[in-house]
Amino acid sequence: MDPRRGPLAVPKVRRVGFFTSIEPSPETPRPNRSLSGPAEAITSSSPLSDSPSGQFISPVQIPPSRHHSDNLASRAAPVPVPGPSAFRRQLANDRALHVGSYNPVDSLLGTSPPSSNGEVSEDSGSLFGFQRSDSAKLSASFPNGGFDMTLRVRAPQESEAKVAIASTSDGRKKNVEASGEGESLAAKPRKEKETKSLKEKTSKAERRAIQEAQRAAKAAAKGEGSKRAGESSRPKPSKPAKQPQPKKEAPQVTSSVSEKRAVSVEKERRMDVPQTQMQYDDKSRVDKAKRRSVVEQTESKNKVELFLHLPQYERGNQLPNLSSNIFSLDTIHHAVYKVGLQHLAGDIAGDNARCIAMLHAFQEAINDYTTPPMKDLTMDLTAKINGYVSFLIECRPLSMSMGNAIRFLKNQIRKLPVDLSEPEAKASLCSEIGRFIDEKILLADKVIVQYAVTKIRDGEVLLTYGFSCVVEMILLYAHEIGRKFRVVIVDSRPNLEGQKLLRRLVTRGLDCTYTHINAVSYIMGEVTRVFLGASSIFSNGTLYSKVGTACVAMVANAFSVPVIVCCEAYKFHERVLLDSICSNELGDPDAIANVPLRNNKKHSKTMDNNKNLQFLNLMYDSTPAEYISMIVTDYGMIPPTSIPVIVREYRREDLLL
Amino acid sequence: MADTTQKPDAISAYYQTRAAHHGVITSDWLAQAQAAVEQPDSSVSGLGPAKSFNVIDEFNGWRKQPDLAEAVAAIRAMAAVIRASEATTMMELEIELKKASDTLKSWDKTSISLTAGCDLFIRYVTRTSALEYEDFNSAKSRLLERAEKFGEISCKARKIIAMLSQDFIFDGCTILVHGLSRVVLEVLKTAAQNNKLFRVLCTEGRPDGTGVLLSNELSKLDIPVKLLLDSAVAYSMDEVDMVFVGADGVVESGGIINMMGTYQIALVAHSMNKPVYVAAESYKFARLYPLDQKDMAPALRPIEFGVKIPAKVEVERSARDYTPPQYLTLLFTDLGVLSPSVVSDELIQLYL
Repeated sequence: MDPRRGPLAVPKVRRVGFFTSIEPSPETPRPNRSLSGPAEAITSSSPLSDSPSGQFISPVQIPPSRHHSDNLASRAAPVPVPGPSAFRRQLANDRALHVGSYNPVDSLLGTSPPSSNGEVSEDSGSLFGFQRSDSAKLSASFPNGGFDMTLRVRAPQESEAKVAIASTSDGRKKNVEASGEGESLAAKPRKEKETKSLKEKTSKAERRAIQEAQRAAKAAAKGEGSKRAGESSRPKPSKPAKQPQPKKEAPQVTSSVSEKRAVSVEKERRMDVPQTQMQYDDKSRVDKAKRRSVVEQTESKNKVELFLHLPQYERGNQLPNLSSNIFSLDTIHHAVYKVGLQHLAGDIAGDNARCIAMLHAFQEAINDYTTPPMKDLTMDLTAKINGYVSFLIECRPLSMSMGNAIRFLKNQIRKLPVDLSEPEAKASLCSEIGRFIDEKILLADKVIVQYAVTKIRDGEVLLTYGFSCVVEMILLYAHEIGRKFRVVIVDSRPNLEGQKLLRRLVTRGLDCTYTHINAVSYIMGEVTRVFLGASSIFSNGTLYSKVGTACVAMVANAFSVPVIVCCEAYKFHERVLLDSICSNELGDPDAIANVPLRNNKKHSKTMDNNKNLQFLNLMYDSTPAEYISMIVTDYGMIPPTSIPVIVREYRREDLLL
Repeated sequence: MADTTQKPDAISAYYQTRAAHHGVITSDWLAQAQAAVEQPDSSVSGLGPAKSFNVIDEFNGWRKQPDLAEAVAAIRAMAAVIRASEATTMMELEIELKKASDTLKSWDKTSISLTAGCDLFIRYVTRTSALEYEDFNSAKSRLLERAEKFGEISCKARKIIAMLSQDFIFDGCTILVHGLSRVVLEVLKTAAQNNKLFRVLCTEGRPDGTGVLLSNELSKLDIPVKLLLDSAVAYSMDEVDMVFVGADGVVESGGIINMMGTYQIALVAHSMNKPVYVAAESYKFARLYPLDQKDMAPALRPIEFGVKIPAKVEVERSARDYTPPQYLTLLFTDLGVLSPSVVSDELIQLYL
């Protein structure tokens, strides 16, 4: 990385969250980092010594930034919920594959079941802070700012923190307070103290050091500027000084000013482009993000070098805390909170399911929403939605489809005619959301099934990987209309999603073969077609899907077996993805370490202490376009090179104002 | 007659037409051609005695001209439908057009360019917002205008393609040609007229015998021609600079459907890094997406071996194959010189 960054610091535990021991955790866990020398830096010496200011982060709820709602972290699994949409909300009850927790083995542990039952619906807010969202915003702010920007960014941030604590009316501040309430009242004053202490304790030299780091981060992240610039597009820097609400947007505002090439249309557009992901290796951004987070997460101690830009938290310990916060948070609507917790627990898996659950929650939230007096419905509602979205991001990074849906919703809010009364506006928004779900997801699935079934002839051997709800629908429909074929299901650890598909197909009478991904080259010789689901498809035709999909597609290509990807058009994105590293999601490393039926319980904790061993549980991978033969969408069957055409022709309204 | 489900030995009418143009006469063909000419008329008379105008007759009339592509004949026939239509509302006219198009399509189900041409015609003619005229007659005349224009474009398409491809033929080059495509012939004619020096290798093109026909034509233009056996393509590929083929249809993936043997030649050319150029008019773009060779509707043709074949021996009688887009270099169309992935772009813009 940037040589100015200095030697790589130890990935330390940043326990910002619920912990009993009041040990000071480092405010800045990674003061100077470069990717060069991991080994010697991984001395788990006291984390405190490295932090410049030496203060600790109290377990304080930090209000999430509004614009992280625009995060477009491409996270979702191509394992959408099968069957009718009703199921999509009932997935919490589907324990078939111990999806109740991150770690399949731990599904019976106490953490997930209590929380994922009805209780979580009341919970809100006090979840781990996904600094990603915040730092995503911040990272957006940095790439283009000059030196001054960082100062400006800090100032409004602190002032907004103060304002946040002080005032009571704003949703965002409510977040702080509510989450503060969830904690304890002590949190608030502690936060205040911390904010002030931050300012006081940061000496000039330290400030300069921080600025250097930020500049370095900016330089490093410039390449990704466009995607992160998405958040930072509000034009006027003067705004933050004025009102409390736009104040939240301050960092983006300042950054957008520094964005020289920002045209107003582009700015507006980028405002809506959900953020992909924060660079986790920039400590300053992470700090700022942490200060804003609602949900507290414990960072993993031992992270793989190459993926330091992705967040990885220790799992499995938040849910009991969350359920204790049922009554606290009124900034997050209970429906959204429930969805967030379901994401956290892993109860909802699959792109379509997550998107639909989120949209239904938003519908409920909009229905229950009332405009505060003296506020504009559009702006306030947008701010509220932003808040919800950042909360959801804290639970689990957004998938592309969710990002697109959020962008759609914001467009709808923005396009509301001003003369509409509040109930009418709310009704119109809810019906738009309903229409989006019906047209772009449910109906699209039906159309895809119709098209794809024409490619299934009698005597075929179809291979599929993992669990995709669209592929399941296709197979069941083809079976219904009497085609004779057999199915090969390829599955992989640790999630073993294919078992769910296997169970469903076998109960309907299909002829199935089940194997793990190790045997895919063995079984591919007898396969005639491969059907894959997608989490998202990018403009260069790259398929972003559950990890293992690329392997299956490449082996199919080697055997000259056509690969058919079934994907609704709302999952397309105008971004371009070149590899699986820049943008990904890290799952629970314990899931890899713990192999069921093996007596290795004693190893599960040693992994934390072993510096030479890191577990990497990637959730997604990218398949290049040349391995894909055809994409079936609701617009028909298209080659992978035509994705930008569809985006251009049919998503124009999503891309522009 | 038109599709194989009716008769096991049925020949695609499309290929009958081509055979007629090529002048290849076999006894089978004669008999079946007779039946072919009779049958569409009988089926079409069901359109109703009130209809003095018969689209199939019109179509056949146009089709008999050897220089006219089948799809263009269909387009002209459909334009004639509009002209002769007695409808009084736009809806009625559209329904009539649809019916005529269905009739034409059912006349030969295996011809891709016919189907594509009919579909494209209907899309092109009816998608204009200028149809919102209060006066039906002016709308109808506007429709007719567009139809005629479409017919004109299609006729001129060959000239446009020939002009575009001139840049790709350089002096001293050797071109391999497969099948007798009138577009490719036009390309070569124009090149000869521009005084380019090149020579042509043409494959024999069994069982159509296109090689001989082509070499006849080319020698009239004083272009040096060399005939190859179909199996000698790989042998001669070294001395070839580029491959020129026509297309029966261009599919959505960017691949082409063409006379049997095209895939083979494209594979050999690709492995030896020779460019493969396809000359196809834009009305041949079809919304099909074959994944492999057997994914298309079969089009069979009779194959004469000259000697008697034992009864139990099967003969592969498919008349066409599918060449995937990765083996094609460029498509010369009247829309311009395109890469294979642009086909889908055009289709999406037109159809969606």
